[in-house]
Amino acid sequence: MADRKDDRWVKTPIAQQPVEARIKNFNEVALGYSDDDMKREAARCLKCKNPKCEEGCPVNVPIREFIEHLQNDDVEAAVHSILSTNSLPAICGRVCPQEEQCELVCVLSKRGDPVGIGRLERYVADYGIENNIGMETVGESKSHKVAVVGSGPAGLTAAGDLARMGYQVTVFEALHVPGGVLMYGIPEFRLPKDLVQREIANLEAMGVEIRPNVVVGATLTIDDLFEEGYAAVFVGSGAGLPKFVGIPGENLLGVYSANEFLTRINLMKAYQFPECDTPVKIGRSVAVIGAGNTAMDSARTALRSGAEEVHIVYRRSDQEMTARIEEYEHAIAEGIQFHWLTNPIEFLGDEDGWLRGMRCVQMELGEPDASGRARPVPIEGSEFEMDVDTVVLALGTNPNPLVPRYTPGLETESWGGIITEEETGHTKREGVFAGGDVVTGAATVILAMGAGKQAATAIDEYIQKKYGSK
Amino acid sequence: MYRIINKRDLTDITKLFEVDAPLVARRAQAGHFVMVRVAECGERIPITIADYDREAGTVTIVVQEAGKTSAWINALEEGDEFVDFVGPLGQVAPMADSGHVVLLGGGFGVAPIHPVARDLKEKGVEVTSIIGARSEDLLIFEDEMARVSDRVLVATDDGSKGTHGFVTDVLDAMIEDGESIDEVIAIGPMPMMEATAKVTRPHGITTWVSMDPIMVDGTGMCGVCRLTVGGEMKFGCVDGPFFDGHQVDFEEAHKRVKMYESEERIAYERYQNNEKVCQRGGGCDG
Ligand SMILES: Cc1cc2nc3c(=O)[nH]c(=O)nc-3n(C[C@H](O)[C@H](O)[C@H](O)COP(=O)(O)OP(=O)(O)OC[C@H]3O[C@@H](n4cnc5c(N)ncnc54)[C@H](O)[C@@H]3O)c2cc1C
Ligand code: SF4
Ligand code: FES
Repeated sequence: MADRKDDRWVKTPIAQQPVEARIKNFNEVALGYSDDDMKREAARCLKCKNPKCEEGCPVNVPIREFIEHLQNDDVEAAVHSILSTNSLPAICGRVCPQEEQCELVCVLSKRGDPVGIGRLERYVADYGIENNIGMETVGESKSHKVAVVGSGPAGLTAAGDLARMGYQVTVFEALHVPGGVLMYGIPEFRLPKDLVQREIANLEAMGVEIRPNVVVGATLTIDDLFEEGYAAVFVGSGAGLPKFVGIPGENLLGVYSANEFLTRINLMKAYQFPECDTPVKIGRSVAVIGAGNTAMDSARTALRSGAEEVHIVYRRSDQEMTARIEEYEHAIAEGIQFHWLTNPIEFLGDEDGWLRGMRCVQMELGEPDASGRARPVPIEGSEFEMDVDTVVLALGTNPNPLVPRYTPGLETESWGGIITEEETGHTKREGVFAGGDVVTGAATVILAMGAGKQAATAIDEYIQKKYGSK
Repeated sequence: MYRIINKRDLTDITKLFEVDAPLVARRAQAGHFVMVRVAECGERIPITIADYDREAGTVTIVVQEAGKTSAWINALEEGDEFVDFVGPLGQVAPMADSGHVVLLGGGFGVAPIHPVARDLKEKGVEVTSIIGARSEDLLIFEDEMARVSDRVLVATDDGSKGTHGFVTDVLDAMIEDGESIDEVIAIGPMPMMEATAKVTRPHGITTWVSMDPIMVDGTGMCGVCRLTVGGEMKFGCVDGPFFDGHQVDFEEAHKRVKMYESEERIAYERYQNNEKVCQRGGGCDG
């Protein structure tokens, strides 16, 4: 049998921390390509005339071009290629669901593995960071100010693109650090926080001003921003409102929303208690409800924080799971136990209000529901109890209602999403644009970035049209 | 950074801070709270606003030592800074337009009830304030409350000042006396607010309590502050802090605030023993 590494149909593997070590620390699991790995993988690209991969990328990274630079050993040029359309590549290289995007449509995937575009992007971006290669302002400096609400991927991308066009951009962020889900949600072992801050520092170097600790709607309203002379506002406030299940026992001690659980650990560094002040309580046996990225992250975080066993409980089957495939594989390797077609019906507590168990029911798949996915239905008489003392609810999130509530003229869907014009992100309120999870509901980093990008272009057009080109 | 402009000792364990936070001051109203963090490794904790000065751009908070973070805050001096001071958050206090409103302030809760009294009084509402503490030396804001109330009644647990008993005993006596009361607002420790609701329930007097559940972000993002009110889930930080005291599930709320009792004790002891108190302004690696 040929060495898999030399097989041109096989993607060059990425070095990883061994399982036994990584489940005891918060360091990054995937270690990245070496120079040789990079060269081997870049060489697999066919440089298609009509690169399908680029059509699969929501922010149109010139994939063929950057890989070609790699083939020619010009990593710096590759950095510039990527930065020409993507201001947060070190992040994308790590968290994008490439298997559903660029790599899904790469021509090689017809016969074997697609080119490891994500891994190459990560290599290039990390090289850029190490060598301080940042984005350059391309537009002439403009006198107009633009305000951005929220510093997640949508807001940061809009800010970066607008700054590149020469606008004066201020980002208002409710929390004490910028980054949104990249900082409080996605754990360190998947996306090092230092790296997120360095990508943000690149934006600041381009002139983007970031103001933390400002809750728009409470500290300042969008009307205040217009009064202060901002010509347009981009709202990228995300989908931060956690959903609960609405079953008995949900308020027992030991039942967390994933947002609370992950925020305590990632943002507030509860794993360093008592050196850091914010605590988190993780029991012996943890059940995470849900099967998206948030669920995988919560489960793997619980494991690293000392839980003896961690279960993922999901009412549908593995086919409907929405997590990135790589994270699912990591979770399995780390010993997370999966319970498909299982739904909690009650959380059981003790006298002091602490969680001591969970009643579940087995499900089977029935007719398709409104989302087109098979509807899970309970199997009568299949109830059973699971012995858990911590539960993390990773059931999804809705847009935070704060901004719409305090912004006259901003219309929302019944579930809270801000209504926008699809092509531009323009909301029902003139001069206010929105994009990312606050419009779509919880989605992905790259879609949020795509929306931020699109809105930046639309904002530029809007301002030029309204105020002329200076 | 948010600088402390002025610090005043109200009691041995209760300190008042006037903090430079112009944006917060600009929109602050009675009932709002701020999320505060002392240093990079500190917790984010909610503190109800006790006063604000829009022109000077300052916000006043009153902190009573009850654990590590409050002790740490109280050790700050004029010129020191909070790393975070976010707000104003939450809903404005319920404001009657007329009639007779009785305000109950227990312990450090007297401070945040002060702007409520002032605003009600300005609107022409008759305000009776019942303020209390464990003992006279822990009683705060007596003079301030007198200036913004038609009447101030005092109760102390040990009888060292005013009525010997709880503020709710005074309220109960007023009701027994047949005084007409249109609304009651209580701010203080949870047992005191629960007792207030209990006293007024049989008489059907509208009663607002200012809940202070555990919070992390204070903006509706984590759900740790959830409470059951009238059988529904509410978030203390965005739906509150004021809720109908007759609808709040206090039993559950009492349990939920105890979630980290043992950790709080550990942190407090370490602080008192001067063990590795992180004061760093930058990142932290423990
Ligand atoms: C645990 C977890 C793991 C994930 N893993 C992946 C993954 O692997 N790959 C992937 O593609 N996607 C993943 N996602 C989804 C992805 O993170 C989001 O889709 C993306 O972050 C959305 O970006 P955004 O900019 O719209 O919002 P957010 O990232 O949510 O940022 C919104 C920002 O706005 C701030 N804000 C909110 N309200 C206000 C206000 N009133 N005033 C000021 N600021 C405000 C918030 O504090 C926040 O910083 C994950 C999500 C979670 C929670
Ligand atoms: S589709 Fe695949 S092979 Fe073709 S250019 Fe893109 S990455 Fe290279
Ligand atoms: S404190 Fe997090 S939602 Fe209220």
